Amino acid sequence: MDYLKAFLVGGAICAIGQILIDYTKMTPARILVSFVVAGVLLGALGLYQPLVDFAGAGASVPLTGFGNLLAKGVQEAVQEKGLLGALTGGLTSAAGGVTASILFGFLVALIFRPGDKA
Amino acid sequence: MKMTQQDYQHMSDLASPKTKSYQTIPMAFLIGGLICTIGQALTNLYTHLGLSEKDAALTTSISLIFLSALLTGLKVYDNIAKYAGAGTLVPITGFANAVVSPALEFKSEGYVLGLGAKMFIIAGPVIVYGTLASVLYGLILFLFKLY
Repeated sequence: MDYLKAFLVGGAICAIGQILIDYTKMTPARILVSFVVAGVLLGALGLYQPLVDFAGAGASVPLTGFGNLLAKGVQEAVQEKGLLGALTGGLTSAAGGVTASILFGFLVALIFRPGDKA
Repeated sequence: MKMTQQDYQHMSDLASPKTKSYQTIPMAFLIGGLICTIGQALTNLYTHLGLSEKDAALTTSISLIFLSALLTGLKVYDNIAKYAGAGTLVPITGFANAVVSPALEFKSEGYVLGLGAKMFIIAGPVIVYGTLASVLYGLILFLFKLY
């Protein structure tokens, strides 16, 4: 059941991205930025976490989930450290994903050859 | 031949292939949903191995980032992306692809200003605006004592 929920919700979030690409001519970079910022906003309003609780990876794997993670991180950090938390919370919660991207990105770029995408 | 920008736009619209939304949107749904389902399988596996809910989600993200980086290196990810559109862009794997792809492509321009800098050509703005949004949220929480 949790697989079906992940598939449907995750698929729906991606379909929204595709609708934006098809009908607004937004570039992929703008889509990525918008989805993360939208995730922060929805997380801040407390609207995204219920979706994560319902759909699991279906809501946490799309980049809106990454934005929600940033919002959650800030929330916890402000609770703990006050104003300083506003500066540390976001990137702290994003650290794992960003560092993994840098590490694997570097290793893959080191090992593989650039070339045709076909 | 004289033409205004509008004329040119019109000609370019006529010449460029029409986006077939009845194909692209279901494909994005299908592939995006599939990636999230794989994510759910990984999350279940890591929870089963005893990780907390939070750590299982993070480990899932890292695993997907690894898989996406590898498939990007093998030139598989971009071939799937041709058909999946936003289905491969919106999940965290799309973020990883946006890091790995330019890093690999611009390696020839050197390790500092090529690989090192171009790695963030798309991921950079994502991190910038995501972080700024989180700081703004943190300030609001602090100023209005919502925590």
